[in-house]
Amino acid sequence: MTATEQFARTAPAAPSEKLPSPARLRPRDILAVGLSGLRGRKLRAVLSALGIAIGVAAMVAVVGIGTSSQAQLADQIAKLGTNLLSVGPGSNFAGAEVKLPEDADGMVQRIGPVESATQTGKTSATVRRTDKVDSRITGGIQVLAARDNLLGTVGGKLRSGRFLDPATGRYPGVVLGAKAADRLGVDAPGGQVWLGDQWFTVLGILDPVPLAPELDSSAMVGWEAAKTYLGFDGHPGNVYTRTKESAVEAVRDVLAPTVNPKSPNEVKVSRPSDALAAQLAAKDTFNALLLGLGAVALLVGGVGVANTMVIAVLERRQEIGLRRALGAHRGQIRTQFLTEAVALAGFGGLAGAALGGLATYGYATAKGWPFAIPAGALAAAIAASALVGAVAGLYPAARAARLTPTEALATG
Amino acid sequence: MTGAEKTLVPTQFGGPDTEVITLSEATKTYAGGLTALDHASLSIRQGELLAIVGPSGSGKSTLLNLMGTLDRPSSGTVRVLGHDVATLSDRRLSAVRARWIGFVFQQFFLSPHLSALDNVANGLLYHGIGHSNRRERAAEALERVGLGQRLDHRPHELSGGERQRTAIARAVVSRPRIVLADEPTGALDSASGAAVVDLLRELNAQGTTIAVITHDGELAASLPRRVRIRDGRVTEDTGLAGAAPGGLGVGA
Repeated sequence: MTATEQFARTAPAAPSEKLPSPARLRPRDILAVGLSGLRGRKLRAVLSALGIAIGVAAMVAVVGIGTSSQAQLADQIAKLGTNLLSVGPGSNFAGAEVKLPEDADGMVQRIGPVESATQTGKTSATVRRTDKVDSRITGGIQVLAARDNLLGTVGGKLRSGRFLDPATGRYPGVVLGAKAADRLGVDAPGGQVWLGDQWFTVLGILDPVPLAPELDSSAMVGWEAAKTYLGFDGHPGNVYTRTKESAVEAVRDVLAPTVNPKSPNEVKVSRPSDALAAQLAAKDTFNALLLGLGAVALLVGGVGVANTMVIAVLERRQEIGLRRALGAHRGQIRTQFLTEAVALAGFGGLAGAALGGLATYGYATAKGWPFAIPAGALAAAIAASALVGAVAGLYPAARAARLTPTEALATG
Repeated sequence: MTGAEKTLVPTQFGGPDTEVITLSEATKTYAGGLTALDHASLSIRQGELLAIVGPSGSGKSTLLNLMGTLDRPSSGTVRVLGHDVATLSDRRLSAVRARWIGFVFQQFFLSPHLSALDNVANGLLYHGIGHSNRRERAAEALERVGLGQRLDHRPHELSGGERQRTAIARAVVSRPRIVLADEPTGALDSASGAAVVDLLRELNAQGTTIAVITHDGELAASLPRRVRIRDGRVTEDTGLAGAAPGGLGVGA
């Protein structure tokens, strides 16, 4: 038989059977196949996911700590209230400090929406640990005459002891602000300090007062006692008032004319909670910078994943060849490596989110803040890492898919 | 002779005249001008057990790649059940490999971290059938190759011969129309090798079409049909022993 005859004889006329149709992998199988590559190389998977994890952890911690501290600040503002207004003396044309009328708090109290009003007045006395200390060393502590309702109005808290009351306010007793007590070396009430020209008994010590920080470095004596023992003239320097939350602005407008009808422009009216609110806003800019750093770390992690995947494709040519022989088409090989890259980065993201959450929790707890992480940020961080994984896997997956089965199988 | 009985075993896909793989004047030239296969013609029919034998570098691997649709010829045609491979897309061709062709490799290519059962089940991975169904059929296939007691063993817990039998189970689990075995005994000692050849015979007796690519003349001589390759040419073809008396004869 000649070759031509043989050819003629072996060439079939028509296909004897219908072609099998390509099958799709089920989602579960796609996942299992994508993860199979990580199972045999756990250490490498962990190391390359670590880059992503660090980036994500940094971002989540930055957002979480920022949110927690803001939540704490917001909590604090809510607790302190935004309805405290403070009136302080301005200066007149001559530059002299304006004296407010003695009954300023009483006049303010008569404004409709005002809930409470109180005042303090500066005395010329100094306070020292003992009479042996030089009178010029005041430690920056001012001695104030205070009404006995001061603490309730400014929202201050006693660390120990008690505050002035109508009885003690007449006698030489003093309440120290937190910093003042510190500087005088007084850590418990009951002792005596040299105030003006005589001994005053320490009645109580305050915690820091966030809405009236000027009280922290003050020594407060009763209004009547100040007049009796310290030659206080009775003119207040600061008036504090709590108003109905809805009427803060209205009260603010009439406060200056009420307190100083003759020259309202010579007093300063402020809302102490505004300073805290400004802090709240200021944190955002700092966050943006740190978030940027986290994003850079995430990108570097993505490069790590891409590197791992390129190596994986080189190393696993036989596996690719086998899969092609078992019937995987190019798309399925591409999907496999893409899934692997996304899973790698996704695990990193997940671990990073957990790590960041843990760091936030630890930091917030240590600081006594509430623990707060926006769920949206967590989801975004994990989604971002999956996206980074997809981009990182694109090129290696395309390379794997481009390998012909024979190329893949030929490498022994 | 036994060959007659084998090919008389009825199969669900057509009779013994069905040509499973047909090469017509297939030539493969690689970039750089090397002609690995030179106008090779070959037809494999349903139910055959044949050896493709030749020294290394003779073009057997290229022939296997073309028969297995892992590669396409530079000229000439390759048909699988009558379908010209050149006309098929990658997806179609992959489906052809998944359903119709089973591969056995010299180095087994088993996944070290999967059990024998899961390795065999992977033979059905690209069929789009469910996981438990795949495992069920894989258990059957392992039973068929005599490894019913080794389902949960990892490849490193199996002997070389058992590994190759696992790989053979993976090749036949999808009940392909043909199994292409590339040096299946090449990495085995002679006893395990002989056992593997016996297994291939047994599977053939049950109706599986098998082509064994080997450089081992002795192994080739023990099979019903031999196709000898040298320098990319088919130099001898003993034809269809028994199946088609008078057969194809010796080409050229």
